[in-house]
Amino acid sequence: MKTVEPHVDARRMWRKFKSGAMMTAAVLATLLTLVPLFLVLGYLVKQGVNGINWAFFTRLPRPVGEPGGGMGNAVLGTLEVVGLASVLAVIVGVGTGIYLSEPGRNRSVANGVRFAADVLMGVPSIVVGIFVYAVVVRPMGGFSALAGAIALAVMMTPLVARTTEQALSMVPAELRESALALGIPRWRTSLSVVARTAARGITTGVLLALARIAGETAPLLFTAFGNQYWSTSLRRPIAALTVQVYTYAISPFEDWHRQAWAGALVLTAMVLVVEGVVRSISGRGLRTPR
Amino acid sequence: MLSPNFGSYAVAPSATAQARTKRRWQRLKMGVPAGELVFDGFTAATALITLSLVVAIVVVLAISAWPALVRFRAGFLVGTEWDPVNEQFGALPFIYGTAVSSLLALLVAAPFGIGVALCLSELAPDWLSNILGFLVELLAAIPSVVYGLWGIFVLGPFLRDAVEPALARYLGFLPLFQGPRVGVSMLSAGAILAVMVVPFISAVCRDVFAAVPDNLREAAFALGATRWEMVRLAVLPYSLSGIVGAIILGLGRALGETIAVAMVIGNRSVISASLFMPSTTLASAIANEFTEATSDIYVAALIELGLVLILVSLLINVTARLMIYKLTAQRFTR
Repeated sequence: MKTVEPHVDARRMWRKFKSGAMMTAAVLATLLTLVPLFLVLGYLVKQGVNGINWAFFTRLPRPVGEPGGGMGNAVLGTLEVVGLASVLAVIVGVGTGIYLSEPGRNRSVANGVRFAADVLMGVPSIVVGIFVYAVVVRPMGGFSALAGAIALAVMMTPLVARTTEQALSMVPAELRESALALGIPRWRTSLSVVARTAARGITTGVLLALARIAGETAPLLFTAFGNQYWSTSLRRPIAALTVQVYTYAISPFEDWHRQAWAGALVLTAMVLVVEGVVRSISGRGLRTPR
Repeated sequence: MLSPNFGSYAVAPSATAQARTKRRWQRLKMGVPAGELVFDGFTAATALITLSLVVAIVVVLAISAWPALVRFRAGFLVGTEWDPVNEQFGALPFIYGTAVSSLLALLVAAPFGIGVALCLSELAPDWLSNILGFLVELLAAIPSVVYGLWGIFVLGPFLRDAVEPALARYLGFLPLFQGPRVGVSMLSAGAILAVMVVPFISAVCRDVFAAVPDNLREAAFALGATRWEMVRLAVLPYSLSGIVGAIILGLGRALGETIAVAMVIGNRSVISASLFMPSTTLASAIANEFTEATSDIYVAALIELGLVLILVSLLINVTARLMIYKLTAQRFTR
């Protein structure tokens, strides 16, 4: 018969208790972290849902005191600026990603590019705004939709570059080798075999990056600037949902606060729908790089 | 027999070098395939753009801030007076506000972020871990202007009416928790930043924990360790520099967060020990004042705030990235 000395038993109980306590703390931390998510989303729906109607998407903002009106121009402006930013960021970002995983694969400069992309992700968004103000807005002589798109593209490029590289690196080496063995030129192998196999992963990365930058306000404040009227011109200031919500939220008017909640709800819905759909299609493993 | 061999050894290197040069020359004459050239050239050019953006941002900011740099010199960093009308510009209140609000946020976000990562990678079964991880990612996806809006109308009033009176009652002897309660404050900024930074720290920590070899975990369990002892003996020591890197990276994000902070901090450029008082940060000051800046020197001074911000955040990011690379290098950078 095996006997356990009492103090050993007590010690084991203590160790088990400590383990249980620490693990409970970790679970509690997770649950508490998720509380703000539900609070924010719940409040957003409660406050914003009344302001959402047909007019919100089709009308211009009204002056203070006049009820009604909408943010149609801001919705359109956000789509235009984010769309153009995505085009720019896809050209530069996907190109960079392909370079990192294909031609630049074994060059030491690739590590420098990777590092620069990672550091660029950490550059404060307001600083990107100042940068684009200095290199685009000042020379062009005024705020413009183009400047806003460039600012967002600067933020989006490193995200796209890193996810593209990640997607390409998941393509099995055998695929590349068999293509080369068939005598296909290196560049055709990279484009038509490797990149094509990874196309879905690249698209996922682009969409996640798009969702992330669609919610940016700070880089647009003094690039796209905002506009009270309909405008699609690239050379003129343009309204954006985020800037409009910001302006309305810090205003002292009750009416505008209601509009701000509605705008925030539409914005969040757009971002979360893209994020949710993309993630459920692509499955696990893919994350926005940080 | 020996001497010719020596002779051939003596000429061999230069002979192969000549052959190599000749081969290269022939290949050049035949021409590199055009597709190869265009493909390599184009992707290399885009990579160069990405590489040069960071440098370009710093250089452009330094040039744009030049008038303020030469006029105020080092006094800019230690001056406490921010008076655009009399062209007095001192950045200390902004630096102070940025530092305090970010540290306040990290104080909460670091333990929570690590806890979440531990729960997701060491505790929860895969299916649950996927769902919880997805929800935490959503927290990071909510636009910062939405956090700001929620901060103005929900969190601020809640802190003012419920949290601050309690703090003042029990910890009121500390200068941190004294003074009027107005709803916009350093405390709200710290709280909203904490919520925004947690998913960030937890995501990086998760990557770092995933890089811990499983045989370390198995070894700890085989020695009879409890789950917490396994974490403490196997996971945490191995990933320590990555955890520190994640926290520093989180600090970088908190320093640079603009809109949400600008909406809840109250924007008052005065240094005050009390967390209940409105304050300001580098980023939020730029967001608030840039389009209203009338004189050239005012604009230059604001851009210099941006220069301070980016230099600090570059320092932080480079340090943190290097700490994290060490651990996750094999998995994430080829």
